[in-house]
Amino acid sequence: MNILHIIDEIEKADNSIADRLSPRRQAMKDFYGFGSKVALASLPFALGSMFKKAYGRQTSSTVLNVLNFALTLEYLEAEFYTRAVERGTALIPAGAPTGAITTIRDHENQHVAFLRTAITQAGGTPVPKPTFDFSGGNGSGNGPFKEAFNNYGLFLAVAQTFEDTGVRAYKGQAGDLLGSGGVLEAALNIHSVEARHASHIRQMRRANGSLVPAGVVVKPWITENQSGIADSAVQPAYNGEEIKSQAGVGIQNINGQNISAAAASEAFDEPLTKDQVLAIVDPFIV
Amino acid sequence: MMKTTDNQESQLISGKSGLISSRRTFLQFAGAGMAGMALVAAGCKKNRYPNFETADGVDLGKDDIGILNYAYALEQLEAAFYTQVVAGSGFAAFSDIEKAYLTDIRDHEVAHREFFKNALQGNAIPALEVNFSAINFGDRTSILSTAKAFEDLGCAAYNGAGRLIKDKNYLLLAGKIVSVEARHAALIRDLIANGSFANSEVVDANGLEKSKAPKDVLAIAGAYIKTKINASNLPS
Repeated sequence: MNILHIIDEIEKADNSIADRLSPRRQAMKDFYGFGSKVALASLPFALGSMFKKAYGRQTSSTVLNVLNFALTLEYLEAEFYTRAVERGTALIPAGAPTGAITTIRDHENQHVAFLRTAITQAGGTPVPKPTFDFSGGNGSGNGPFKEAFNNYGLFLAVAQTFEDTGVRAYKGQAGDLLGSGGVLEAALNIHSVEARHASHIRQMRRANGSLVPAGVVVKPWITENQSGIADSAVQPAYNGEEIKSQAGVGIQNINGQNISAAAASEAFDEPLTKDQVLAIVDPFIV
Repeated sequence: MMKTTDNQESQLISGKSGLISSRRTFLQFAGAGMAGMALVAAGCKKNRYPNFETADGVDLGKDDIGILNYAYALEQLEAAFYTQVVAGSGFAAFSDIEKAYLTDIRDHEVAHREFFKNALQGNAIPALEVNFSAINFGDRTSILSTAKAFEDLGCAAYNGAGRLIKDKNYLLLAGKIVSVEARHAALIRDLIANGSFANSEVVDANGLEKSKAPKDVLAIAGAYIKTKINASNLPS
């Protein structure tokens, strides 16, 4: 569906597509080679100029929409961790926990800056930062997570939900970035960093133990559709993760290997659609 | 070679050749949950089959099949490594939680390996022979440092290969696996040094994980794979 959509858009922009393909490929190669030579901080500019070279006029609206959707999620994460770190040891224990949350905060702020620059350079307009209600109360300030900046266990539970949702959100958008070269690669590079964050937050939750349902072990990976959080409000972020068949290939006990149902579900993370993600984050956006 | 590739791509995009219809057929197959058949269909042109073992080594093949075989090769390496870790003399020295983690990771990597084998069917490269002579399976530090190298390499490899994939369904599959590899990588790093889950060795100043192109990945992985691999037909 989307590959054809993208192709249609390219054809609308210029119907001599065959002639343009070679320059487009060259532009991507230029970008690829260029990226290794320029300072890392200037990469978003290179990304934008690659876009302009690639499509001549304007970046596909499909790609820009993906980038702005990603930016919205990064705003959410960046502000969440920024506020948490501002609470200091009133919320997060000193030492390793504060260090880890600060690392994650920095990455999320870098993602915001990167995406804003990339969108602007590609000829788009970054969406403005929404107003957030981290209580999950849709602006009431009185939602189920209203103590998230006072209660460390609750803070970690919300953090885990945001990270796991972020991983699923980027995964769900990859198809719309097919053929976008450096843009797809950048999105993948953010996606795996979010997964690293999720892994670490989950380790922190296991160590902390708060809000972990009895009999549940919180692992760095997602088992079945378990949130590992004693609050059904987060369940939509985990529904669909229980899949044990990939592209028609059954994973449990595949080829006589001793692969449990749990391991079969853990071995593959599942995507969420944009609508599913927006429904999950909606209570946090005023 | 480049000319041929360009023609294929332009034919694909123009939608005027048989290729796009075969891809549509594939998508229908995939939608019906029959990707195994579909992979065979996608590789049905004679010149798209990998040549397997030649004087130049095991040929990964070209286009998406080549990328999938590239991933299959890396998953073979990881699965073989963790299988030996869990069966090895050093395993007993890990804590119970660590043992459970390493066993889970072994199972995930075996699941990935077997998935690619089944999905690729007749297009799959053969089982590769590994060379773990540099690894001391009796030593925690050797095990964890190798695990870290393999997991980080796996993330960098999938991230670098995504842009080379032409089919949306394959791209999604790669995405489903790479985030699990990243979860592994972060854990292994934290077992070595808590807090190093996403440090500047693997994440750049923009908060982006560093990726590697196939030739750079294979140059590193090659030290652990005895079978000669020919990646010259992979897209770039």
